[in-house]
Amino acid sequence: MNHLPEIWGRPRNDIYGSYNPSYLKTSGPITHTSSPTVTGTSVVAVKFNGGVAIAADKLASYGSLARFTDVKRLRVFANSSVVGFGGDVSDMQYIDRLLESIDIREHYSTHGNMLNAKNLLTYLSKVFYKRRSQFNPLWNHVLVAGFDGNGAPFLSSADLLGNTFSAPHMATGFGAHLAVPILRRLFPEERPIEDITKDNAVAALQECMKVLFYRDARSLDEYSIAVITKDGVEVKEDEKVQAQSWAFAEAIRGYGAQTA
Amino acid sequence: MKAVENGGTAIGIRCKDGVVLAVEKIITSKLLKPGANKKIATVDRHVGIVSAGLVPDGRHFVSRARDEASSWRGIYKGPIPISALANRLGSYVQAFTLYSSVRPFGVTAIVGGWDLEDELAVDGQVGSGPKMGSGGKVEGAKSGGPGLYMIEPSGLYWGYYGAATGKGRQAAKAELEKLDLSSGNLSIFDGVKEAARIIYIAHEDSKDKDFELEMSWISSLDGPTKGKHEEVPRELLKEAEDAARRELEGEEEEEGPREDVNESEQMEE
Repeated sequence: MNHLPEIWGRPRNDIYGSYNPSYLKTSGPITHTSSPTVTGTSVVAVKFNGGVAIAADKLASYGSLARFTDVKRLRVFANSSVVGFGGDVSDMQYIDRLLESIDIREHYSTHGNMLNAKNLLTYLSKVFYKRRSQFNPLWNHVLVAGFDGNGAPFLSSADLLGNTFSAPHMATGFGAHLAVPILRRLFPEERPIEDITKDNAVAALQECMKVLFYRDARSLDEYSIAVITKDGVEVKEDEKVQAQSWAFAEAIRGYGAQTA
Repeated sequence: MKAVENGGTAIGIRCKDGVVLAVEKIITSKLLKPGANKKIATVDRHVGIVSAGLVPDGRHFVSRARDEASSWRGIYKGPIPISALANRLGSYVQAFTLYSSVRPFGVTAIVGGWDLEDELAVDGQVGSGPKMGSGGKVEGAKSGGPGLYMIEPSGLYWGYYGAATGKGRQAAKAELEKLDLSSGNLSIFDGVKEAARIIYIAHEDSKDKDFELEMSWISSLDGPTKGKHEEVPRELLKEAEDAARRELEGEEEEEGPREDVNESEQMEE
């Protein structure tokens, strides 16, 4: 007998012949995710002078059914970065646990967790790319907000294929169509980031969440918002879209009861 | 077993609101950077391990503990209880006594930690679930608390109020017994002071060698470390060391015969 545990308790090969491992199979064929199941919609984020603000509503949809209404899609990493998840919620949980285990491992060194948002994005994009190359993608589009190695505000996205893209303000999902134009109007290219205050950024996100709730059928008026500055991460999980007015709905023609 | 007897003294104190670990680090060379080469290691976030004996064996022991903690998380999506970790490590160490192809561990390790008293979100939890309806939760049930275990090369492990191993363990045990730890009155801040004092007393026999004191602690959720294993802050460590040195100098003048040494207090499992 030896110290290798996989040998323990097995009939000896030299007496009984080698064991046929096909008897140990308990599962059927390997299956891969080919479409997301429970999904979160947009994540919206804006850089401002000295930090980044990011928001995501609290809905997880099961197809068109509003299945879960208290889902936290903004995940804090190392109290210095926030990852906002769009797409599959179970894949989000998997990635969240992955990041948790990295955080724990980083703390084993004397320096603690020194990974910044830029490191995090690089890592996540490689995880996404590896999984899509195995034809088993993690069905998410994430925004990573925080700071880069030089201490400058950092905002970038990674998608299920491993693509990365960066901009001073960005959005995933429906928000990429509905929120980005609003943000471009509020913060045109010629307006420097130093000019944008934290309050400007938060107000812009509130406006975006309102428009998204009006026009995105898979969205909710309750949302999380996080502000990342040098002092750390401040997350509010119980925000609500304020001052809603559905008057504009009266004027909508072309479907529903008013087809004319 | 010989190796364990000669390592730098390591102690652990189980206080009412946390656990303190301390170790005497003999300076073997002036070329070693002060404060480097840590002897206390973190496992998961809430456990600290300190060992006396062969350093590489201690490192391997810690590595195994980290693997166990991470595999526990893989299954249960939460931190491993200190008792479960001690149990798994005890089994692991014991397996090394069974085979001719491996030798037993050359360390006695002290495992200290804090099981969180709050209800924890499981890793990756996204919502809070229904506010009404079935559940089966007991409101206000008490759970969690400090855990301190010492694992010997044989695989034997006990839970302790105060544990000591290494060269100066006899003197350290005698001092630990005087603290009346079982009544659960000692706070973690007092624990830090006592731990420093005990390491200094245990060092008396090998006074010619210089040493560094390394100390870490794990407090309750509302304590200084919020349930995490951390190094004791430098100012507090210095304060405790100064107090220990002062007391020792005062004692030298009166000098009485040292009392008999008994087995350390053991806690029922």
